Amino acid sequence: MKNVLNGLAALGLGLAAVTAADAAEYPIKKPVQQDWSFAGPFGTYDKGQLQRGFKVYREVCSACHSLNLVAFRNLEDLGYSEAQVQTIAAEYEVQDGPDDAGDMFMRPAKPSDHFPAPFANPEQAAASNNGAAPPDFSLIAKARAVERGFPTFVFDVFTQYAEGGPDYIHALLTGYGEDPGEHEVPEGTYYNPYFISSASLAMAAPLSDGQVTYDDGSQETVDQYARDVSAFLMWAAEPHLEARKATGFTVMIFLILFAGLVYLTKRKIWAAVH
Amino acid sequence: MSAGHSTYTPKTGLGRWMDARLPLPRLVYDSFVAYPVPRNLNYAYTFGGILTIMLVAQILTGVVLAMHYAANTEVAFNSVEKIMRDVNSGWLLRYLHSNGASMFFVAVYVHIFRGLYYGSYKAPRELLWILGCIIYLLMMATAFMGYVLPWGQMSFWGATVITGFFTAIPLVGDWIQQLLLGGFAVDNPTLNRFFSLHYLLPFMIAGVVVLHVWALHVTGQTNPTGIEVKQKTDTVAFTPYATVKDAFAMIVFLAVFAYFVFYIPNFLGHPDNYIEANALKTPAHIVPEWYFLPFYAILRAITFNIGPIDSKLGGVLAMFGAIAVLFVVPWLDTSKVRSAVYRPWYKLFFWLFVLDAIFLGWLGSRPAEGTYVVMAQAATLYYFLFFLVVMPVLGLIETPRRLPNSITEAVLEKKSSAAVPATEQAKG
Amino acid sequence: MSATDSTEHTRRDFLYVATGVAGAVGAAGVAWPFIDQMRPDASTRALASIQVDVSGVEPGMSLTVKWRGRPVFIRNRTDKEIEEAKAVPLADLKDPVARNANLPADAPATDTDRSAGEGKENWLVMVGVCTHLGCVPLGQAGDFGGWFCPCHGSHYDTAGRIRKGPAPENLAVPTFAFTSDTVIEIG
Repeated sequence: MKNVLNGLAALGLGLAAVTAADAAEYPIKKPVQQDWSFAGPFGTYDKGQLQRGFKVYREVCSACHSLNLVAFRNLEDLGYSEAQVQTIAAEYEVQDGPDDAGDMFMRPAKPSDHFPAPFANPEQAAASNNGAAPPDFSLIAKARAVERGFPTFVFDVFTQYAEGGPDYIHALLTGYGEDPGEHEVPEGTYYNPYFISSASLAMAAPLSDGQVTYDDGSQETVDQYARDVSAFLMWAAEPHLEARKATGFTVMIFLILFAGLVYLTKRKIWAAVH
Repeated sequence: MSAGHSTYTPKTGLGRWMDARLPLPRLVYDSFVAYPVPRNLNYAYTFGGILTIMLVAQILTGVVLAMHYAANTEVAFNSVEKIMRDVNSGWLLRYLHSNGASMFFVAVYVHIFRGLYYGSYKAPRELLWILGCIIYLLMMATAFMGYVLPWGQMSFWGATVITGFFTAIPLVGDWIQQLLLGGFAVDNPTLNRFFSLHYLLPFMIAGVVVLHVWALHVTGQTNPTGIEVKQKTDTVAFTPYATVKDAFAMIVFLAVFAYFVFYIPNFLGHPDNYIEANALKTPAHIVPEWYFLPFYAILRAITFNIGPIDSKLGGVLAMFGAIAVLFVVPWLDTSKVRSAVYRPWYKLFFWLFVLDAIFLGWLGSRPAEGTYVVMAQAATLYYFLFFLVVMPVLGLIETPRRLPNSITEAVLEKKSSAAVPATEQAKG
Repeated sequence: MSATDSTEHTRRDFLYVATGVAGAVGAAGVAWPFIDQMRPDASTRALASIQVDVSGVEPGMSLTVKWRGRPVFIRNRTDKEIEEAKAVPLADLKDPVARNANLPADAPATDTDRSAGEGKENWLVMVGVCTHLGCVPLGQAGDFGGWFCPCHGSHYDTAGRIRKGPAPENLAVPTFAFTSDTVIEIG
């Protein structure tokens, strides 16, 4: 009995603490929904955007973030020819071997190789980055999503909202700013109200205007870079998205027609009973 | 599987030859063609058939996924990604399988609630109901172990938390947990055995499904009136009447399934499971798959010690109790009337129970803090009250509405009340 | 009466047939991914053709590379080996066909047709799988100075042609081409 009372007392304390707990929820700000070419039932990737995003990844992100699950051959999805993919691959060095002498050696990458990681292992990655290993980017666009909450998540079923990842990445990359002073920002971290798990993160704002040169006339702004690299990362995480949505359309049309036929058949058959 | 007398007469010579040696066509004919079903079954009764095709779909996609999956902690995560990226149609098969698990549970929950509403568990169908409960338990075990296989963060930490339940058992708890894990924590031996069992259990489910259908065909279906079949006009032949109706419902269900697979395949999953398992880093919130959330809420609702039982063991007992209570439902319900259609008070409590279960599910996805805990405790209380108090007491004190004399009469009454509305309503 | 009856009948039959056909189409559509997934996947197909740098392979040296899961022997033959192979009359051969995927199926098993062709006769590229029961033959061994399969004693000459033993065919020459003077693309 005493235990039950203790439990109830603890509950009361919990109730008092609930407002504080809610206020400590991260991220501080929810990502702003963006327009993506790949959203919705007929969504497709914008190849030009993917190529720009790939350029941003290559020139900025790839210094710290690996892309382990993506092979160079996959870049053909971005609209590159086989020869272009070979050229891109050859610009990277990958480890091969052992050779006849038993030694590992470096050679230019081939289309069948995967992107080499900037660090040999997670420990080295952490050691080179103040103890915070930069996450792999292969699936980041599916591995990050800010909770939508009730009732939004119910509406998402009907609006087919599945772009929480790219929205989050875009928000994070464009969301760095001055700490308004309400949050604790530890030494060596940078305030970002969109960061999913605290008020600040170990990565400084990685993009600045004009940092990456675009040759298709697109704006060279942080916003555009963030948009393009988010789209590229969505492709990296879900390379078969276009095939999925296109197949889905055929399947849905078929099922609706088939359901109609079976319904009519059912009515005919049951007509005699009712 | 049919009780009654067989009306099968083989028409061809081969049919007669076969019938004298292995009367499989006779079994199929008696069980799925001539088998009489009540004529007044509504669409809630189509979910048994839907569940059958979901089981088959899960086994088929599962078998082909196993051709590409590697149950080793070093490569498991990447082997799943290889399926998603490189294997031909791999993304489709994998999304079918992962969303298929969810759809399987959607269907089973409708099926169970339908049983509770129409009193399908009452005599003489107690064993039928218990076999269903066993299937449900096996489904939960299968789904839980399947969720571990992609070896993402939620896989790993979900497995850690669920196997941790067993440590609540006094004296032998730690020993049992280590037995399940094959080590001191979730690791390669765990993944290996979960894969083996995840492959085995669906076939055991299929076995129990055969018994479930057998038991069903001995007693016959219930129906929305809850009145047993009395005359020939009460029933129609399974084929074509029930088959075509079931087929229509299946296709509509498959369309919903396809919508999830092709347009929002990750809606029911958790983003953290796209991060490879890391034994050194726990996600901020560990949540199970949505179909376990009500039980998860019940587990966490017990935050206090009850006499000698500490809150940890209490939570685990409450959670298992929430499932165990289903097994004794046939004996908890004291009502002489089967269907909620004729039980106005039960109907009210039933819908409250449905809302309560959904509410518990939502609470299970919230962090276990503050008001959420209090709400979970209230919802848990109602969950058990419904079974342990409402069911036995209401059956004794409730005055049911007038029952029709037969299914046929009920159907005719419904037709006339549809033609001349509200006459029956006034009486009720 | 019979007229309306039969139109009603036809309409119903049409509905049943249409539903049945739609069901069959659906079943076939569902079956395809299950068959499709058995084919070699994208990572396997990406390695269906490989490029081999042979700049370091001097006359008298061999290189074994793995292609489509099997060994491929690449040998830079010595003049002596070429002469020996050329000296063999076609009539002495157990298998008189070149078995060279780059040539017509009935090309004779002359030394030139077995090798990389005129001007590159020193290069021999062969799948290193014995045509008997699939073992890997040993190089520069056997009664004819070519390859010898230790499993059941098949002897191949310096052009990889079967000369003695149970193997029925010459070692197979895969599809290959010199993409430059020092790089061979196999497959």
